[in-house]
Amino acid sequence: MYDKGKIIPGLIVFVLIAVSPIIYNRGNAGHVPNPEKPKNAKECVRPVAEMRESHMQMVIDWRTDVIRDNGAREAVTAGGVKYVRSLQLGCMKCHTSKQKFCDECHKYASVEPYCWDCHIAPEEKD
Amino acid sequence: MKVLQSVLLVLALVVVGFVVAIIPGGQALIGKVLPYLAFAVFLLFFIVKVVGWAKSPVPFRIPTTAGQEKSLPWVKQSRFDNPSTTGGVIVRMLLEVTMFRSLFRNTKAEMHDGPYLAHGSSKYLWLFALIFHYSFLVVVLRHLRLFLNPVPGLIQALGGADGFLQVLSPGLYISDLTIVLGLVLLFGRRLVRPQIRYISLVNDYFPLVLIFAIATSGILMRYIIRPDIINIKQLAVGLATFHPVIPGEMGTIFFVHLFLVCCLLVYFPFSKLMHMGGVFLSPTRNMANNNRMVHHDNPWNDPAIKPHSYAGYEDEFREVMKEAEIPVEKE
Repeated sequence: MYDKGKIIPGLIVFVLIAVSPIIYNRGNAGHVPNPEKPKNAKECVRPVAEMRESHMQMVIDWRTDVIRDNGAREAVTAGGVKYVRSLQLGCMKCHTSKQKFCDECHKYASVEPYCWDCHIAPEEKD
Repeated sequence: MKVLQSVLLVLALVVVGFVVAIIPGGQALIGKVLPYLAFAVFLLFFIVKVVGWAKSPVPFRIPTTAGQEKSLPWVKQSRFDNPSTTGGVIVRMLLEVTMFRSLFRNTKAEMHDGPYLAHGSSKYLWLFALIFHYSFLVVVLRHLRLFLNPVPGLIQALGGADGFLQVLSPGLYISDLTIVLGLVLLFGRRLVRPQIRYISLVNDYFPLVLIFAIATSGILMRYIIRPDIINIKQLAVGLATFHPVIPGEMGTIFFVHLFLVCCLLVYFPFSKLMHMGGVFLSPTRNMANNNRMVHHDNPWNDPAIKPHSYAGYEDEFREVMKEAEIPVEKE
């Protein structure tokens, strides 16, 4: 093998970069999100699975419909419960804490929703 | 035909991934076992390949690189195109790896009516390659948010910058658009130009189609068929901490995506994708042009064979030479 002095360090750097996630985690999977469930309600406006996967699309559709297209501010769930199509008057009526609900998963998955670019997040103690 | 073969191969892989993902135990196989196997094959054979290359002797420096070589003091040397020092070689290699300067020099030859042959510059490959490779880099780095916990600020910032348009929800990543654009352009280049189509092989089309399938499944998972990202991250972090778990429903499309990525990793070291490592071993890029300053020994010379000067040769054969009436320098 020729140029060992350059090729072996190069390969070591390559392997280190490739396994860097393993080194970074150091075998610790860390905190798994556990968003706080609301105390005053049992059902969300849609089934849980749908909310988990597509809540982001729903709230952005609410925004477009209500703010931009002058759509209805209120709607009714399948179970007949009236709700407000609004982040702070709707979602946060039950999910009162941004930190204990929204941020749990968003931080875990490194998602930065731009809701809070316009909305003012409720004050919470850390 | 070769295009069709590549597409069919990738479709077959998609079907295999899909079928394995829906049979019982298949998700555990793709999720927990295959990534380790694929990653091990990737690393091991990447190293084997590079070491194999390093075993080939490189007998001499290749001075025919672009630009003026180091010459007389009043001739301006092209320091980075034709470097004579290690520092210059490092700059040239950095420019090659980050800017693809060799592709920038790509030329074309065309026949025109007359007939006459015209040569010209062709920058398409360079441009398309830049679009594709940088998009791919951003996409790979962004995926680290699923493997690292907590997510480092740098990765978070990259995701923020990539999604800064703030359209759609979840936010549209620019790199999602540009990687598909780059792939389509690179693929189209092979189809549109007859000369390039003529020399293109299945192993030219196949990686493009495979990466296209991976990108498509990823884009579908973000914007249309969304599996539970929290479960996916738990599996990814689990893989990176050697405790893989399948915490719940993750969607068949995720396993197809993961299966295709594993296929890419396994395919990588045995294919032209090894230009990732090979670019650093390109003799015209990684050697200083110092033939006139440094003596280079041919590495395959037998050390037992000593230099044999003409004087020594004549000493050895003088009598025979005289007999044959060959003139000698010393009587």
